[in-house]
Amino acid sequence: MMRGLKKWRLFGLAAALMAFLAACGEEQISTLQPAGQVAEDQFDLLLLSTGVMVFVIIVVSIIYVLAIIKFRRKKVGEDVIPEQVEGSKRLEFIWTAIPIAIVLFLAVPTVAVTYQLADVDDMGVVDAEGTPASVTVDVTAKLYWWEFAYPDLGIVTAQELVVPTDEPVYFNLTAADVKHSFWVPSIGGKTDANTDGVNTFYLTFDEESADLEDGVFYGKCAELCGPSHALMDFKVKALDEAEFQAWVAAMQESTGEAEGELAQEGQELFEQSCIACHATSGAGTTGGIAPNLATFGDRNRIAGYLPHSEENLKKWISEPQEYKPGNLMPDPGSLPGREGEAFSEEELDALAAYLFGLTVEDDM
Amino acid sequence: MSSTAQAQKKGFGATLWDYLTTVDHKKIAILYLVSGGFFFVVGGIEAMLIRIQLAVPANDFVSAGVYNQIMTMHGTTMIFLAAMPLLFAFMNAVVPLQIGARDVAFPFLNSLGFWLFFFGGVFLNLSWFLGGAPDAGWTSYASLAIASGGHGVDFYALGLQISGAGTLIAGINFLVTIINMRAPGMTYMRMPMFTWTTFIASALILFAFPPLTVGLFFLILDRMFFANFFAVEMGGNTIIWEHLFWIFGHPEVYILVLPAFGIFSEIFAIFSRKRLFGYSALVFATILIGFYGFMVWAHHMFTTGLGATANAIFAVATMAIAVPTGVKIFNWLLTIWGGNISFSTPMLYALGFIPSFVAGGVTGVMQAVAPLDYQLHDSYFIVAHFHYVIVGGVVLALLGGLHLYWPKMFGTMLSEKLGKITFALFFFGFHATFFIQHFLGLLGMPRRVYTFVGDQGWDLYNLISSVGAAFMALGVITLVINIIMTSVKNERVGNDPWEDGRTLEWAIPSPPPFYNFKQTPLVRGLDTYWIEKMEGNPEGMTYAEPIGDIHMPNNSIIPFIMSAGLFVAAFGALYFIDGDKAWPLPVLALGLLITLGSMAARSLKDDLGYHIHKEDLLKEGGQPGGH
Repeated sequence: MMRGLKKWRLFGLAAALMAFLAACGEEQISTLQPAGQVAEDQFDLLLLSTGVMVFVIIVVSIIYVLAIIKFRRKKVGEDVIPEQVEGSKRLEFIWTAIPIAIVLFLAVPTVAVTYQLADVDDMGVVDAEGTPASVTVDVTAKLYWWEFAYPDLGIVTAQELVVPTDEPVYFNLTAADVKHSFWVPSIGGKTDANTDGVNTFYLTFDEESADLEDGVFYGKCAELCGPSHALMDFKVKALDEAEFQAWVAAMQESTGEAEGELAQEGQELFEQSCIACHATSGAGTTGGIAPNLATFGDRNRIAGYLPHSEENLKKWISEPQEYKPGNLMPDPGSLPGREGEAFSEEELDALAAYLFGLTVEDDM
Repeated sequence: MSSTAQAQKKGFGATLWDYLTTVDHKKIAILYLVSGGFFFVVGGIEAMLIRIQLAVPANDFVSAGVYNQIMTMHGTTMIFLAAMPLLFAFMNAVVPLQIGARDVAFPFLNSLGFWLFFFGGVFLNLSWFLGGAPDAGWTSYASLAIASGGHGVDFYALGLQISGAGTLIAGINFLVTIINMRAPGMTYMRMPMFTWTTFIASALILFAFPPLTVGLFFLILDRMFFANFFAVEMGGNTIIWEHLFWIFGHPEVYILVLPAFGIFSEIFAIFSRKRLFGYSALVFATILIGFYGFMVWAHHMFTTGLGATANAIFAVATMAIAVPTGVKIFNWLLTIWGGNISFSTPMLYALGFIPSFVAGGVTGVMQAVAPLDYQLHDSYFIVAHFHYVIVGGVVLALLGGLHLYWPKMFGTMLSEKLGKITFALFFFGFHATFFIQHFLGLLGMPRRVYTFVGDQGWDLYNLISSVGAAFMALGVITLVINIIMTSVKNERVGNDPWEDGRTLEWAIPSPPPFYNFKQTPLVRGLDTYWIEKMEGNPEGMTYAEPIGDIHMPNNSIIPFIMSAGLFVAAFGALYFIDGDKAWPLPVLALGLLITLGSMAARSLKDDLGYHIHKEDLLKEGGQPGGH
C-alpha cells in the first residue's frame, strides 16, 4: 500500500517535471531555453520583470480578495449605508511612490541592456593584416525566403544561416520587397528587415546546433508580409570555429557540378529552366533572384518548412503556389524551355537527384 | 411620454424615419449600440474563424490569403467599428444626463458623426463581397499595404477615413458639450467619473485622429495616384507610416480604455454604495494617462531599428504610465473596501476587470522593457497582452455598462440570472483563450500566422485557446438571448432601478423624456442625486430654474444624406484606381456633389428648432422625478 503510494508520488513528481519542461517548449525555438548571450540577457529581464510583476499582482490580489470577502452585502447587511470616505492623501502618496520606485528599479537594467544590445562598434573591425576579426552576415529578407551573404568571405547562401559559435556574429539586415522581421527565438529577439535601410545588430551562438532535435535552431519571420508569412521560416546551424572554417572553405569551392548520370541529367534540365534565378555555387558576393541552392542537399527543409524529402521537393517544384501561396517561383510550365509543359516524373527524379547532390557538408 | 412608447405607437416606416433623422442623443445612442453591437458580432465571428483555423497545426479550414483578410478585418472591425461606437453609445446615452444637459452641444453634428461612422463601416465590410477584404493587418504597414493586390487596402483606407471623420466630429462634440452644457453647480471637480473620462478621451480623439487622417490620405494618394509617399525606390519612406499610425494608435488604446475606466468607476461606486475613493486622484490620473498616451507611441516600434537612445527613452516613458494606472487600481480597491458590495451583474464585470486588467497592465510593463520586447514583440505574447487590455478592460466595461445602463436606455432590466451566466461563460472563456497565448509567444510562435507546423511545442496550447474562444461565443449568445427575452417581457422600471444610483441620470425616468430635464437641476456636490436622496428629497434633485419653455432642435435627414454622399464618392475613388472604367470619376463627383450640396443646404437654410411650451410641460403632469 505504502509502496504504491510512493510510486504515485514519484509519478506525480515526474508528471510535474514533464509539465514544467513542456512549458519551456522546444529548445530549438523557445525563448525560455536561451542558447545565446542575447537571448540570455533577455531571459534574465523576463525573470526580473516577471518577479516584480508577480509581487504587484500578489499585493493587488490580497487587497482585492479581502475587500470582496469582508464587505459583501450578505455580511455587511442589506440596508447598511457605509461611510462615504473621500480619500486619503497618505495612501495616495504610498501608491504613487512605490510604483515609481518599482519603475525606476526596472528602468535601470532596461536602459543598460538596450544600449548593450545595440553595441555593434566591433563590426567589421580588421586586424593588422586586414582580416576581419568577426563574421558579418548580410541578411536580405525576400518574399518568403532569406538570403545570407558573407561579403568578407565571398560566399552566399539561403534559407539556412551558418554561423560560428562563441563569438559575436554581426548582421546587416534589410528587406528586398516588403517589411519582414528576423527572429531566432532561442538565440535573441527580433529585428525588423525594413525596405528603407539597413539595421545592424549582433547575436552570439553559445551552443552547437548539432545536438538539437533536427540539428538546427528555428528562425521565423515575425512581421506580416503576405499570405505565406507563416511559412517564411529559416534554420540556423551553429558550428564550432573549425567546422565553420571548413564549411566556408567548402562553400568557396562549391561548383554546383553534378555527380552521377541521373544527377547530370538533372543538371542539364536545371541549367535550361532554373539557372536564370537560382545559383548553385556558394562562391560570390551578390545575391540572386531566388535562393542560392549550393547547400540544398544539406538542408533541413524544402521550401523552408516541409520535411526534407525528394517527394516534397517534387511537389514543391510542380506546384509552388499550392505549398507557399503568393511566392514568386513560377509554375514549371512557364519556365524557360518548358513551353507550358510541366516536369514529367522522370524529369523530377533527375532534378531531385541533382539538387540533393548539391552539398558542401560532405566536402568539409 | 417616453421615446420608446412613442415609437411603439408608430408604424415601422415612421420609426425608421424617426431614427434616420433623429438628433436626440438618446436615440443616437441606440443607433450606436445597435450598429456597434452588429459589428461586434461580425468581428466575433471572424475571431471564431481564426481560432478554428489555428486549433490544430497545418489546418486548411481557410486559405492563407483569406486568413489574412479575416485577421485584418477582425482587428479593424473590433477597434473602429465595435469598441469605439459601443463606447459612443454609452457616452451619448449617459454623459448629457450626468451633467444635467438637455442634449449635446451640437445635436446635428452628433447625428452626422454617427452616420459617417455607419457608412464608413458598411463600406469597409462591403469589401468582403467586392473582391476581397483588406489583408495587410489592422496596422496596414506601408510596404505590405502598397504591395497588396486587389482593392482590400483601398476599402480599408477609404472606409476608415469616412468613419474616422465621424469619430473626430463626435469627439469634438463631447468636448464642447462637457465644457459648455454642464448644469449650474456642476463644476469640473463635481463631474461624474464617466463624464471625466469621456472628456479626456474626446481630447485624445481630437489630437490622435488627425495623424491617422494624414496617414490614410498618404496611403490613398499612393494607391490612387502613385504619389510615392511610401515608395522607397522613389524616395519615399515606409517608417513614416509606422510613426503616423502609432501616434494615432497608442492614444487610441486610451481613447478606448479611459471611458471603460469611467464605466467601472460608476459601477464600483454604485454597487459598493460608496463614493469613489480618491476622486481627485482618479481625475488627475486620468489626465496624466491621457497626456502620457502621446509620449509612448514608439514602444510599438522597438524592433524597427530607431536606435538605442530612442528605445531607451520610450521604454522608460512607457513604464511611467504604470504609475497613474496603478493609482486608479488602488483607488478602486479602496472604493469597494469598507463598502457594501452587491454582486449584481455589472459589478461582476467590474470585479472581473480588476485582475484581468492588472494582468494586462503588468505584461505591458514587461514589454516596456525594450530588450525583452525584442523577444515579445509580434509574438503571441503581445496578442495575449492586448487582448487582456482590450477585452479585459474595454469589452468587460462594455458588457458591464450594457447591463448597468440598459434600464436607463430602454426602461427595462436585463435578466440578472442570464447576465451572470453570460459573465461566467465569457470570463472563463476569455482567460482560457488568452492566458495560454502568453506562453505561445514565449515558446516562439509569431503572431498573424495563418497556420503553424506541428511539434514546435505549440499544438496543445493552441487547442486550449480555441476551446476557450468557444466559451466566449457561448457567453455572447447567452447575452443575445437575454436581450431578446428582456425586450419581449418588457417589464418597466423606475428612475433608479439599481436603487443606489448616485448621479443625475438616475434621478430622471427610465428612459428619460426626450427633453431629459423638465427643469435644469442645480448640482450641489459630487454624486448630486445621492446627496438629495440622503437628505430625503423626494424629487431627487434641486432645480435651478422654474418650469419654462424648452428650446429643442429639429430632426434632420441631412446628416444621413451628407454621409451617404461620401459613401458614393468612396466607390468612385476606389474604382478610379483601376483606370480602365469610365464611370468612377462621375460617381466620385456625384458623391462629393451630394455631400457638398447637403452642406450648402444646411448652411443656407436656417433651422431654428422649436419650443416645447411651458403649458404642455405642465399638462403632462407630475414632476420630472415622479414616476
